[in-house]
Amino acid sequence: MEKARSNVVAICLFMLPAAVLFTVIIIVPVIMSTYYSLLNWDGITKGTFVGLENFVQLFKSKTAGFPKTLLNVSVLAGLSIVIQLPLALFLALVLGKGIKGEVFFLSVFFIPVLLSTTVIGQLWSKIYNPDYGILNVALRALGLDHMTKVWLGDQKTALLAVFIPILWQYVGYHMLIMYAGIKSISPELREAARIDGATEGQLARYVTIPLLKPVLRTSIIFSVTGSLKAFDLIYILTNGGPAHASEVPSTLMVSMIFNRNRYGFGSAIAVMIIFLCFLMAILLRKLIRTEEVV
Amino acid sequence: MKKIKKSPANILLYGFLALWTAIQIFPLYWMLTFSLKDNNEIFGANVIGLPHVWRWENYTSVLTRGKVGTYFLNSVLVTGATIALTSIIALMATYALTRMIWKGRKLANNVVMLGLTVPIHTAILPIFIILRSLKMTNSYQALIIPYTAFGLAMAIMICSSLMEGIPRELEEAAFIDGCSIYGIFGSIILPLMRPAIATISIFTYLTAWNELMFATIFISDSNYRTLTVGIQTLSGSYTTDWGPIGAALVVATFPTLIIYAFMSNKIQESLVIGAVKG
Repeated sequence: MEKARSNVVAICLFMLPAAVLFTVIIIVPVIMSTYYSLLNWDGITKGTFVGLENFVQLFKSKTAGFPKTLLNVSVLAGLSIVIQLPLALFLALVLGKGIKGEVFFLSVFFIPVLLSTTVIGQLWSKIYNPDYGILNVALRALGLDHMTKVWLGDQKTALLAVFIPILWQYVGYHMLIMYAGIKSISPELREAARIDGATEGQLARYVTIPLLKPVLRTSIIFSVTGSLKAFDLIYILTNGGPAHASEVPSTLMVSMIFNRNRYGFGSAIAVMIIFLCFLMAILLRKLIRTEEVV
Repeated sequence: MKKIKKSPANILLYGFLALWTAIQIFPLYWMLTFSLKDNNEIFGANVIGLPHVWRWENYTSVLTRGKVGTYFLNSVLVTGATIALTSIIALMATYALTRMIWKGRKLANNVVMLGLTVPIHTAILPIFIILRSLKMTNSYQALIIPYTAFGLAMAIMICSSLMEGIPRELEEAAFIDGCSIYGIFGSIILPLMRPAIATISIFTYLTAWNELMFATIFISDSNYRTLTVGIQTLSGSYTTDWGPIGAALVVATFPTLIIYAFMSNKIQESLVIGAVKG
């Protein structure tokens, strides 16, 4: 059997398709992106090597507006941590203690996660439509005509208007991860606390949430890295506009590369996105220390 | 059966849950109803009620004139092929990575782990350049191959944890009976991996069916457009006619909802596994 397990031909055959795909579609492109990011290149003529100039320009150039995109995703990550995650945690705590209708609510709250962002984007763009959208129609019906707005076309409201659907869509996702975490906490522990006279609030505060810390950390890391990578809904709803008001790194990257042929500069944004995702994941893991609880 | 106590706290709690249910479901309800209305109803006469006249012609219109039928089949084809390829390639690789003995196995495992964290954005330009130089943009492979590659890391993770649990004695026994390593993989391992295949299929379905960025950039020929991109272009040409757009959105959504209705537990479980692994 040992001999069969080290059969070189079999190993190569089993590994070959995965190895080829991984190399050609993931490893080589990441290396190529890194190389492109050091070029001044329009994708047509031969690029010239400029070293780290693109990265300097990312932060210095006023017209490119990269720092603004970082600010925007920080707002998104912040909103996610302050509004989305607490809401998800609350729902998970409520459903996790086994109320009536638990399965129904869990299933329903999870539906938006499964839907295509294209569908969600189209729906929300219709909700926000200035003339016929539900939002303005409702405001008019309530006699609040002065509050109606061109939600996605106004520089003041566009950013928040695109972030709301993103937050709305993934509440259910975080809820489900937290819910699964709560369900895996030993029931005896909660029972013991209850017998000792803990109220539901105390139970959550002193038993469930501390034990849930690793899961909460995962959720926070997801919402930060997810914000850095956010693309679909913003692309559909505003494509970063108006006047870059809702621009995020990925929409800026796509428009630099595919609309303005600035391949080198766009690749520098791509490299920054990977770098920041890794950096934040590591930082958050360090920052939020969790004691290993068995 | 648990009884709901009518305490004020409970009333407040269920009130909140009901409100949140409405917030999560309303856009979907609105989509279903306006897909069957005409502009007259959508834009004023009947904004949120059920349609007065059920206009199924919205559906026939987008399916034929709007080419949503073609987009739908393209999505089915791309998603189906991606699921099949991801499952089989991941199973093969996992077998070599967990059960076979070779140098570099650890390194290969680490590379897979790293692959889990690479966001697709960072590879889009190089993949586009590779596809363009191979004259492969505007084809099904242009999507199937990258989707498979990016799905592999997660699929291998999912397979690994299940495969670790299969007792090695099963393989040894088959080996003594004269089974080759390929025979062992095909007749012992594969049948036992069915739960992992289900999890992978759910994952891959959700990412491939809903993917937008690659599909927008790699495909410009409308014959190869998938639903996500198709709907984007459609909404450009039907800006003032919401009914047919609604119909297209429903067409893109109903397979997901049907699958969810039948397998909600498995789907929830799969996504939790994915989150914990990632």
